[in-house]
Amino acid sequence: MWRDHQVEIAVFVVLFIGVSAVGFVAARWRRPDNLNHLDEWGLGGRNFGGWITWFLVGGDLYTAYTFVAVPALLFAAGAAGFFAVPYTVIIYPLVFLVLVRMWSVSHRHGFVTPADFVRARFQSPTLALLIAITGIVATMPYIALQLVGIESVLKTMGVIGSGTIARHLPIIVAFAILAAYTYSSGLRAPALIAFVKDTLIYIVILVAVFYLPYKLGGWGAIFDAADAKFDKTPALSDGILLNANNQLQYITLALGSALALFLYPHSLTGVLASKNRDVIKRNMSALPAYSLLLGLIALLGYAAIAANVTPLKNPNGTNDNNTVVPLLFDKLFPDWFAGVAYAAIGIGALVPAAIMSIAAANLFTRNVYREYLKRDATPHQEATVSKVTSLLVKVGALVFIVFVDPQFSIDLQLIGGVIILQTLPAVALGLFTRWFHRGALIGGWIAGMGLGMWMLYQIPNAATKRAHFGGSAFPLKEFGFDSTKTIYVGFVAVAVNLAVAALLTVILRAASVADGGDDTSASDYFADEGDPRVSTAGPATKPEVAPDPVT
Amino acid sequence: MTGPESPDTPRAFDQGPPRAADKSPWNWLLFIPIVLPLVTVWYNADSPRLLGFPRFYWMQLAIILVGVSTTTLVYQMTKRR
Repeated sequence: MWRDHQVEIAVFVVLFIGVSAVGFVAARWRRPDNLNHLDEWGLGGRNFGGWITWFLVGGDLYTAYTFVAVPALLFAAGAAGFFAVPYTVIIYPLVFLVLVRMWSVSHRHGFVTPADFVRARFQSPTLALLIAITGIVATMPYIALQLVGIESVLKTMGVIGSGTIARHLPIIVAFAILAAYTYSSGLRAPALIAFVKDTLIYIVILVAVFYLPYKLGGWGAIFDAADAKFDKTPALSDGILLNANNQLQYITLALGSALALFLYPHSLTGVLASKNRDVIKRNMSALPAYSLLLGLIALLGYAAIAANVTPLKNPNGTNDNNTVVPLLFDKLFPDWFAGVAYAAIGIGALVPAAIMSIAAANLFTRNVYREYLKRDATPHQEATVSKVTSLLVKVGALVFIVFVDPQFSIDLQLIGGVIILQTLPAVALGLFTRWFHRGALIGGWIAGMGLGMWMLYQIPNAATKRAHFGGSAFPLKEFGFDSTKTIYVGFVAVAVNLAVAALLTVILRAASVADGGDDTSASDYFADEGDPRVSTAGPATKPEVAPDPVT
Repeated sequence: MTGPESPDTPRAFDQGPPRAADKSPWNWLLFIPIVLPLVTVWYNADSPRLLGFPRFYWMQLAIILVGVSTTTLVYQMTKRR
């Protein structure tokens, strides 16, 4: 069957190899004196300007999986899947003032991860360890999902064999290449590749939003076709508009996802790599260009309905809706352009996968290795540990895909969003106030995590016939409300987390339980490019202060 | 929490006054693009259609432009010179 797709495969392979070469060359790009320093390997020298940051963070947040899964969601459920648009609108004004504070305090103290910040702000290695583990656990399935994105393309081209290993061989090869150039070039590799990836994606989508409606009778006809399909299904939850039951879910999912996004370690990696506060603020205005793109891509799910696309099957016989966009391209585009589109999705998966593995590796290095295994690690040792860990993280993600049902990694990603939200009080609120007691933050984390897991466990999925962990829409009637409405699990869990943290703070203060101090000062949160690094004394800091790569 | 006017907790061992605070009344404008997309009743309808897009879709895409204009305006007005 792959013989029907020879042109597509040829274009895909050529572009993929070209990009891999770019990844290796990246080590020489903006070459530092010494790449064996975590600031260089893991943060690209903390020196990226406006354009690089725009491509890097855009390529990082709007992943290949998003581009495949969001239209799949609209294809299957309709309007509810469009939450990705309000979600990516509210995020930027929401974090506009948060991220510059994070950047400033990290610049001053040389923080590489959110857990580094928590460690210093609350003087609590335990809380920092919790934040680091939460970050690593939430990131792993996210990397696996990038593979699901590539796999949907490979599947459509028919290059997936039948055995366990044969089925995954192309992905294993692609990931081995990715692992090799991430190891040698660090964050510079995805930063440089992001230029190619985003250019390809923008071209494909601009062509798609004009060419596809032309082939399918205009956007009006596309929406009508989708409407007609949802009218025919027995389910009441789908449709091209929201209904009375899923509006609360829509709102809370958009808000909850927005709150979660910049808590993911890989989002912060992109932000900390920028060279000053101005770059971040300008990007908060410029990044929504990707949201517009995402909104248009989402609607490709409806175009697939209008084009009568039938999704390919999973090995277990259920529909693999992630294949609808690749199939749509295959059906309506000329072969060579479908090949370009597939390459855009495939390369689009590599950029976030690289950044995520770097972020997870940095968390391990800074908050586990240096904290618990080798207190006096030199910057060179840190960089080496991070490089090796980034390889292990990728192998872990591969194991997920090869040996675990892809549906399971999608569910895990859902859980990931809920658990990363539980770091909000310590990381995001911690940037504004030191009011919370460190013990109370740990208590709130446990409460939010417990409740979130319980709620997710209660949710069945009718389509995949799973009794538990079937989605993130929790029916309010389970809480005893007389209602058919649903709400986003993460939203409820983080609200409880906050309430418990606040209550425990009051109790612990009243009981005079010792709270840690604070290694940061108010002015740290406004520091900008050129301001000197602080060299704080104390157990948190390394004996020698790393040379500041900026000044 | 992420509100624009959240005060800083002054600390005893402060190293001097902040060089430039982020505080500005312009920051309140940021609430517009945060709240607007969350009020589904404004856009959850089919008509009027625009270029074939139901209101639900074109209005949410238009809200992206509101977000961009607001953050750009706030950035320009609060920029350190």
